[in-house]
Formats: sequence, C-alpha cells, structure tokens
Amino acid sequence: MSFEPKIVGFLCNWCSYAGADLAGTSRILYRPNIRIIRVMCSARVDPTFVLKALAGGADGVLVCGCHPGDCHYSEGNHKAMRRFPLLKKLLADFGVEEDRVRLEWVSASEGQRFADIVNDMTERIRALGPSRIPGLMQADRIGR
Amino acid sequence: MAEKKLQIALYWTASCGGCDVAVLDTNEFILDVAQLADIRLWPIAVDGKYQDVEAMKDGELDLTLINGAIRNSENEYLAKLLRRKSKILVAFGSCAHMGGIPGLANLARKDEIFTRAYLNNPSIEPGNQKTPCPETRIDGEILHLPQFYKRVYKLKDIVDVDYFVPGCPPAPNQVKAVLLAVVKGDLPPKGSVVGASELTVCDDCKRTKAEKKVKRFYRPFEIIQDPEKCLLEQGILCMGSATRSGCGVRCPNSGMGCRGCYGPTGNVVDQGAKFLSALSAIIDSKDPQEIQEIINGLPDFVSFAYRFSLPASLLQRSLRT
Repeated sequence: MSFEPKIVGFLCNWCSYAGADLAGTSRILYRPNIRIIRVMCSARVDPTFVLKALAGGADGVLVCGCHPGDCHYSEGNHKAMRRFPLLKKLLADFGVEEDRVRLEWVSASEGQRFADIVNDMTERIRALGPSRIPGLMQADRIGR
Repeated sequence: MAEKKLQIALYWTASCGGCDVAVLDTNEFILDVAQLADIRLWPIAVDGKYQDVEAMKDGELDLTLINGAIRNSENEYLAKLLRRKSKILVAFGSCAHMGGIPGLANLARKDEIFTRAYLNNPSIEPGNQKTPCPETRIDGEILHLPQFYKRVYKLKDIVDVDYFVPGCPPAPNQVKAVLLAVVKGDLPPKGSVVGASELTVCDDCKRTKAEKKVKRFYRPFEIIQDPEKCLLEQGILCMGSATRSGCGVRCPNSGMGCRGCYGPTGNVVDQGAKFLSALSAIIDSKDPQEIQEIINGLPDFVSFAYRFSLPASLLQRSLRT
C-alpha cells in the first residue's frame, strides 16, 4: 500500500480555520491528509503539542495563524512567530527533517492558499516517507 | 532494640556519585540512620556484594534508593534485582528520575560515544585502539563486561518506581525528610515526587521580576549581572520558570541560571518544550530575520532545554541512529 502522510493541523479560530472552511465551502479539492484541530490562537499551540503529535505518530505538523498584524488578540501570532524558529532548531537537533513541521499565515479569505499549503506539505512529506519516531520508540522498548 | 531495624539499600547505576555524597552531606544525621537501619548495600560507603542481594528473600528490603540512569546491562540487572527485593523503591536524584546528564548521550550514537571516549580522546595514548567488549577470551578464560546500550533510560522505563526524589543532587534537607518519612511510615500516594515543591523555582526566587523583553541572550561570563534582577530579564538563560522548586533556589541565588535539575512541575509533560515556549515568548522583536538572529545566539539549545530530562521527554532521543 502506498504511504499516505498523516498531518496534524493546528488552525487559529479567527483566520486560518475560517480559511480552511472557505476552502471547503468553495469546493476546492485538496489532499485529505490533514487532521485539523481548531485552537483559539496560533500562540495557544504549546511546543508540547507539536512534540506530542510527532511522538504519537504524526508524519507532519502544520500550524496556521493570522497574518502578522491581523491577530485577533493583537500579539498572539507574534508569539508563535518567535516560538517556531526555536522549535525548528530543537527538532533539527533531534534529527527531525525540516519539512515535517511548518508555520504559515492564512487569512479567512485565503481558502486557495490553505489548500495549496496542504497539498505542498503532503507531497513534501510523502517524499520524506513515514516518520521514524514511533518505530524507534517501539524498538527502544523491546531491545536495548 | 525492641523493634526490628529497617533494612535499606542505596545503589548507583549510571551516575557520578554526587547523590551518594548528598546522603553523606546530611552529616551526623547519617549516624541516626545507621541506628535506625541496617544498610545492606551501599557501594560508595559500606561493604555488601551483589551475591548478598541475590540471596535475599523477595521484599526483604524495606527501602532502596537508586541514583543513576540505566545505560548498560549491569544497571538493568541490579535495578530489576533490587526492585524484586525491596518493598519501596525510590528513584533518587535527576538521573534516576529523568535520565539526568547521562541522558544527553541520547543525542549521540553508541559508536560516536565509543569513538570519542576510547579512540579520539586527547588523553588516550597514541596507538591505543582498545574499546571495551562484552566478552573477552584470555588464557582460555572468558571475561565479561556489562553490555553498553544504544540509549539511556530513566529508571521508570525499566522497573516500577514508588517515589521520585528530584535534584542534582537532592538538597540534603530533602534527603533527611524522605528518610524520616519512611521511618515514620508517613508516605504520600505511590508515584509522587517527594522532597520538592509543587511550584516553580521562580515562585521561590527572590529576584525582582518585571516585564521580560530580551534583544540578545548572554552566557553568564559575557555580562556583568545585576544581583537583584531576574536573570532571564537580563538575557541570562534560567530554567526557573519550567522547573519544580524545592532546591532552595540554590543556583539563581548564587548568580547562575537554574539548570532545571528538579524536573518539571506536576502537570507538565515535557520540561524542554515548556522552557522553549517561555523563553522564545520574551524575545523582543516582530521581525522574523531578527528573531532568527537572536535565536542563533543559543548554541546547542537542545542540551540546555533537556539538560537533565532528555530520556523523560516526549521524543526521548535523537533520530540519527
């Protein structure tokens, strides 16, 4: 069977979730590989969530928030903007491939942009292959 | 003495010996311990052989404190043996609790560790290419060394643990409190972290805290610090906000940022992720390029964020194997 990437998406309630909704209501076809979790703000995405998704077997994690300057809480997406590069640095130190985790700004009017991002991310992760994290953890438990 | 003495053991697995010294740092209290208890095994301080432990009945020991992570077959064998022989097993100190400093080896491969330790180290005699083997034949005899594992585990990954005493090393007054709790039978629910607070180091830290905004990070020697002000506000890395208190705020009080040895507070899954979250939120910039430059001033961030807790983190180890 061919590999279908499992992507967990954390979408902010005010812009990106509405953008994803617009992609749906506009009947834009895009890859069904993303599982969307609505959060109130991209700043609500604790780095723990991303690590937990990866440790639990996700092949990729997408975080989407309002464009900088458009945050419903005025500063939230700036916090996400600061956290993400450090999280990517941490993941690189763990040996996680860069393309598996991504932060994007998607407004409520950008249904097509959301669909394009999901398509692009799905194909990049398909090229990387399945995440090795669950397999290694399983192997660690069995053999020393 | 009318009552039967407590039967206790202290053992070290992959550790530096500092936790054993912390027990000795209770000073004359250790003599009271000797009055109350028979110390059946404590490699650093008293005699006692593995065979003596093997000969014990299951559950014969009332209490065993294990300090150290699990990284070879001897560590695993002794941890399982002592678990069987003990009514209460305590993971004592950061290494047993979360993997500790030895846990950072999970960022490297086994062969990289061997090459560094036995072949490329500047202190090795030129031409000496000997590395340890689990089995060696000499004069018809077979000699055995413990098998070195691919990664480091925390104690709980290997055996059931009753209590956790955090710290690198645990503060001597906490050591005392734990031993007295066992003597009195005054024990919290199984699985508890004992000898520590439920709050963070920041809650107990006396430094003044205002709004945090940081344009660059400093290593301690790169800056003359203000002794009254929060270290993080001065750009000096301090894990106090992501670390359980109970240590007496020893490091920040001495001008060093908290290293996180007491581990995360109760409801936190991953200490490094929480520290990452808190640290990056105080970066004073809205420009992606400037943010990246400020973050580039944090070399080897993974080792800082998980200095004591890598094997207890969500990802546990590097994928480069």
